[in-house]
Amino acid sequence: MLLLQEAAAAAGHAAGSGGFVPVLPWLIVALPLLGFALNGALSIVAARRALPKLPPVGDPSYDHHDDGHALAHAAAPAHAYAAVGAGAVEPSEQEGHDAGTDPHPVDAAHHASSDAHAHDAHLAHDAYDAGAAHDASHDAHAHDAHDDHAPAGPKPSTHVLPSFIAPGVMLAAFAVAVANFLRMRAAAPHQPWVHSYWDWMPVGNLHVGAALQLDQLSMLMALVVTGVGSLIHVFSVGYMKEDPGYPRYMAYLNLFCFFMLTLVLGASYPVMFVGWEGVGLCSYLLIGFWFKEKANADAGKKAFIVNRIGDFGFLVAMFLLFWNTGALDFVGVNQALLGERLDFAGPVVTWIALFFFLGACGKSAQIPLYTWLPDAMAGPTPVSALIHAATMVTAGVYLVARSNVLYAMAPAAALTVALVGALTALFAASIGLKQWDIKKVLAYSTVSQLGFMFAAVGMGAYASGIFHLMTHAFFKACLFLGSGAVIHAMHAALHATHNPADAQDMRNMGGLRKYLPVTFGAMAVSTLAIAGVPPFAGFFSKDEIVGAAWKGAAGGSALSGVEFLGIHGSAWMMAIGVLLSVAAFMTAFYMGRMMIYTFFGANRTGDEERKHLHEGDWTLTLPLILLGFLAVVGGLVNVEEHVPLVSAFNFGQGPALHHWLEPVVGVGQELAERHVERLPPVDPAWWPILLAVGIGLGGLALAWALLSRKALGDAATEPAYRGGVEKALYNKWYVDEAYDAAVVKPVQGLSRGFARFDMGVVDWLVDLFGRLSQMFGIAFGRLQTGQLNTYAFVLVVGVLIVLGSFVAL
Amino acid sequence: MQITFTLILFLFFAACAIGSALAMVTRRNPVACAMWLIGTFFSVAAIYTLLGAFFIGIVQILVYAGAIMVLFLFVIMLLNLGHDYEDDIRGTGWKIMAGGAALLVIAFLGRVFGGELPRPLGMEAGPQALATSAAQNGVVGVIGVPLYTDFMVPLQATAILLLVSVVGAVVLAKRKV
Amino acid sequence: MNEIPLSYSLGVSAILFAIGVAGVVVRRNAIVLFMCVELMLNAVNLAFVALSPYAGVQGQVFVFFVIAVAAAEAAVGLAIMIAVFRHRESLDMKNFSLLRW
Repeated sequence: MLLLQEAAAAAGHAAGSGGFVPVLPWLIVALPLLGFALNGALSIVAARRALPKLPPVGDPSYDHHDDGHALAHAAAPAHAYAAVGAGAVEPSEQEGHDAGTDPHPVDAAHHASSDAHAHDAHLAHDAYDAGAAHDASHDAHAHDAHDDHAPAGPKPSTHVLPSFIAPGVMLAAFAVAVANFLRMRAAAPHQPWVHSYWDWMPVGNLHVGAALQLDQLSMLMALVVTGVGSLIHVFSVGYMKEDPGYPRYMAYLNLFCFFMLTLVLGASYPVMFVGWEGVGLCSYLLIGFWFKEKANADAGKKAFIVNRIGDFGFLVAMFLLFWNTGALDFVGVNQALLGERLDFAGPVVTWIALFFFLGACGKSAQIPLYTWLPDAMAGPTPVSALIHAATMVTAGVYLVARSNVLYAMAPAAALTVALVGALTALFAASIGLKQWDIKKVLAYSTVSQLGFMFAAVGMGAYASGIFHLMTHAFFKACLFLGSGAVIHAMHAALHATHNPADAQDMRNMGGLRKYLPVTFGAMAVSTLAIAGVPPFAGFFSKDEIVGAAWKGAAGGSALSGVEFLGIHGSAWMMAIGVLLSVAAFMTAFYMGRMMIYTFFGANRTGDEERKHLHEGDWTLTLPLILLGFLAVVGGLVNVEEHVPLVSAFNFGQGPALHHWLEPVVGVGQELAERHVERLPPVDPAWWPILLAVGIGLGGLALAWALLSRKALGDAATEPAYRGGVEKALYNKWYVDEAYDAAVVKPVQGLSRGFARFDMGVVDWLVDLFGRLSQMFGIAFGRLQTGQLNTYAFVLVVGVLIVLGSFVAL
Repeated sequence: MQITFTLILFLFFAACAIGSALAMVTRRNPVACAMWLIGTFFSVAAIYTLLGAFFIGIVQILVYAGAIMVLFLFVIMLLNLGHDYEDDIRGTGWKIMAGGAALLVIAFLGRVFGGELPRPLGMEAGPQALATSAAQNGVVGVIGVPLYTDFMVPLQATAILLLVSVVGAVVLAKRKV
Repeated sequence: MNEIPLSYSLGVSAILFAIGVAGVVVRRNAIVLFMCVELMLNAVNLAFVALSPYAGVQGQVFVFFVIAVAAAEAAVGLAIMIAVFRHRESLDMKNFSLLRW
């Protein structure tokens, strides 16, 4: 009750935040924006330099013969650098390819195009064909080799500066965030600190300011975004520095961080929405980064469009919220909701909450709007790590956590959130069981883990959901970056020997722990973390979530007493617990499967290629080490008292995260409890912990047992699936095909119909008027006979008419 | 209005003029048209004389019938016209429309000028003025004196116009410039 | 002079003018067309002369000028027709329809 009173009393003075004075909080948001501006300028400069040198047109004395030579042996490294990408298909672009049914697809089209390139180059004098001419000067397969394609000469400044600017601004932003975090920890405010920098939308009764809100939740999110983001920026330096579009990549990455920080630090729903839309935009830009491949561009479009459906939900929720409460900033909304202007569990709050959840489904890839996330693996791996593991997809969870008061007032919506989350967790985990592309496995794993987070916040365990968000950011980013390192090594190996095999197909890997020890180590601890093996990070967060489900099933949650679709809340939560447990088992299994196929057994890449497998440089390994370390110890920030052994040894600091987040999320919990009868405090049982540990270890063990040596040995030529169920799993339960048939094709048909109407009816009508004027013109034109006599006659008639009208005959 | 000899003469010459005009408009042969036009000019000159404009009547014959029509005939004969196999007159429909237009013109003009005419504007009006002028300056002087006093500028302009037209006609009709 | 009623003279003038108009509309020969125009001019001259006792001597003076200008115009017009005839071997107006649509 104390918190509720304080929150209600906080109405007037949002600045009364208990002595917490932040230090330059706007810098956290502004620094990535600055990075974007600088890197963007560099990318424009690089693009200008990449334009082909046009020979002077029409000058007969200009000797065209030397054009090809001059550009093939480009004196200016900048131009050569740009020419590298002019027509070439970068090897890293191959990341966009889905692992086909055959692990060694012979890509005939690729070969043909490379040959055509080489042939054309010999004939071309044209300066436009700089890229092809450059290829010809090396060898016929110049488009493949990534490392022997690096042009001679030092890198131009446009490709060196981003390596310092982009991670630099992120580390600076992280430093500012840490400074503010330490201050906040010292001050321990109970109310959020809000500052409006300018009046953005003063419209009638609506006053939305460009405002930042610093409270425990947004501070935590900012730390995660800037911290993990900085590490991923460092990784990107090593991963993407050879790419011709490197400055553009860094610019987009910085822009994404700017928008994400706006999202988490915004003080009102509109400001959050600006960040929401912005991260969607950056997701599109980065997924389709290698846009010259249509599949990548399509993936970017798909992500943006599916997100848009969610954004519609967000907008409708905002409209409803403003209409019914008159406020859109978090402080104002909480005050309005706590002031009991709206009915508890009434239709208004339920619909607002459901629409917000629709937005969250789009952004955080829950059923039914998750289909974009696996396709989003077409982007560079660090992008997948940052956007589709650690930050953007967690925006939905943050939204629900931020709106905890709203969801506390709408238990039906909260249960919906929890159920959808649990179902998604199970559904995505099942698909992950039979994927062969290493990134796809991780993508479905992300969807599944997001389902866990939503189940948590849906059940009212907001702190647990945010805790899992944090630990997931650590181990999932580590897994993605590790897979990036693996793919990086596989690409280098496969292209050194001109092998067209897919570098991301796990059937082509194997035994990589000998060649990539650091990567193996980091991914191993992250796998243990995600499987929920103590004392790694994932165990604590996942255990809390599933534990909340069991607690609710036993009647210990505010939702337990709620009737939803005729079924008691506690029964729902029991179902959620079962779903989540099965999903956790599957998670452990497919993660173990992934690790075994990739790192254990004999190497299946090939004898020649094996010689080229090696670890990356420090920019690739250092983030992995740091994230791996966080995956190990990250969970210890929030150890529940009832966890045996660990609390006995007092490794952690107790449920520190719960205490930390309580001023923000506790309000909702208290509100929810106010409307149900006092629940008897439920003693936390310790059998869920054993169950969780058993599930984790059991899944890993099962994977180890099933994937025997023999199976691994045959893996090189293993088909994608055997049997009907496996086929369905491999084909993602045919959801994309269903959407295509149910939504895409009808819309396309409707569009075609409208197009026909537009061309046939509307254009016909317009043309009709044109034709009419033409006909009239021709008809009246015949009056001009050119005959003098006729003209005289008409003159006379005219005179008669005019004068006769004055003097009536 | 009494029937005097003047009136009878006038009516006779009016009939001649109108008849000649009709004949002119309908003839096929251009030379015949020219001749009938000359006839019209003569009749109109007679009417001028009957109306008391003696000098104008003479000038009409001298210039119009004597110079202009001669020029016309020269040109017709120079170009050897009139031997076409086709009548150079438009079809029946046009004839009807032209006739209708002509009738309308007559009707209109008749309506306007058939009624009471307003008093002439300013100037010394009345046949009396003309008579006194004739007595004073002679018949030619009736026009001559105003011409060389009040209308000097138009006179000189007309002179220049005639010069220009002579030169222009020569230039236009020459074979080689 | 006043034995001839003004309306008679003006009537004759009107009739001559109307005949001239009909001629212009109907005749295709350029020279005959021109002659019909001269007829119209004459009709107008007649009107001027008929009115000059009432309106003053300006009527007759104007007729003088009209005659002079008609002469000039006839000269130039016929010269043009000669020039055109040299090009086209015909003076039939139906051949000169360059102002057509």
